[in-house]
Amino acid sequence: MAITYEPIATTTLGSAQSSVTFSSISGSYTDIILVINAKANTGTANIVWEVNSDTGTNYSYTYVNAEPGGVTASGRASSTASPYLNFYGYLDTTWGNWIAHFMNYSNTTTYKSVLARFNNSNNGTGANVGLWRSTSAITQIKIKTSANNFDTGSTFTLYGIKAA
Amino acid sequence: MAVVSIKNKLRRGNLLVGNDPYIPTDFESIATTTVGSTSVANIEFTSIASTYTHLQIRLINLSSSAGTNLELRFNSDTGNNYDTHWLYGSGSSATAGAATNLDYVWAAGAGSSTAPAGVVVDILDYRNTNKYKTVRTLGGYDTNGGGYIYFTSGLWRNTNAITSLKITCNANFNQYSQVALYGIKVAS
Repeated sequence: MAITYEPIATTTLGSAQSSVTFSSISGSYTDIILVINAKANTGTANIVWEVNSDTGTNYSYTYVNAEPGGVTASGRASSTASPYLNFYGYLDTTWGNWIAHFMNYSNTTTYKSVLARFNNSNNGTGANVGLWRSTSAITQIKIKTSANNFDTGSTFTLYGIKAA
Repeated sequence: MAVVSIKNKLRRGNLLVGNDPYIPTDFESIATTTVGSTSVANIEFTSIASTYTHLQIRLINLSSSAGTNLELRFNSDTGNNYDTHWLYGSGSSATAGAATNLDYVWAAGAGSSTAPAGVVVDILDYRNTNKYKTVRTLGGYDTNGGGYIYFTSGLWRNTNAITSLKITCNANFNQYSQVALYGIKVAS
């Protein structure tokens, strides 16, 4: 049986930078999974996703997380141009990981939902669901910091999952 | 650090910095259902082969009532043989809880008519006949002003191998909803 879980592209940063872009994403998969292992070069930042170069306020998200001190919380942002993959569980100078599922990213009939898990042992863990209010197929994913940079050695790997 | 099998000496990378990306070569698509113009309440996979170790369901759901339960049942068992724990966020507060002796595992809430719920369900050791079956899920939907994000876990108190599973949404799977079933193998 054909392999249905395939690596598409990987980027390992040779120097600190504020964004990573995966372009010309094939529409031949069903879901896309983005795995990020990263830290900030200094300070803190949230991790923001953007698709198809859409910088409009066409995104929203809802999160639940555990924060330092044992606090659990939930919140959301609507009609934003800066959807987070996290809330707590943000980028800092400790290595953390963020895994985002772009569900049915290539269909042209529904808005797109993005499920994310985030884990940073220094500042929190949780999950996030995002919405891009567009029926266009996703062909480009840009991951960027809200401040500062991703540090050298940060990795970004894109996988495709293909349904029968 | 790479992981090397002591049995077959195969090197498996992990997700740590500096390693090659992990390539799961034994993740296979079993079956997929995409809903047409007629909405349905149930999507069922039957005659699931026992050739895998774990199962994963990946779905999007569009429904007529956001937040309606997405329910999971195995082998047509409609008895009160399921337990569930949950942690969810409503956008304003986080809630944790549990329920026992349900007739389903609670997977997540349904999406709206335009904002699909995304759900990933892992069913572990589904063919093992020596243990009850455990499930974990990550799911959620956002409607640009509403929505929920869910973690749930479930237990089916039965040692039978799972050979069929049914996902139910009483607000229906509307057109363009899709449920895909995958099998995951481990090295023998």
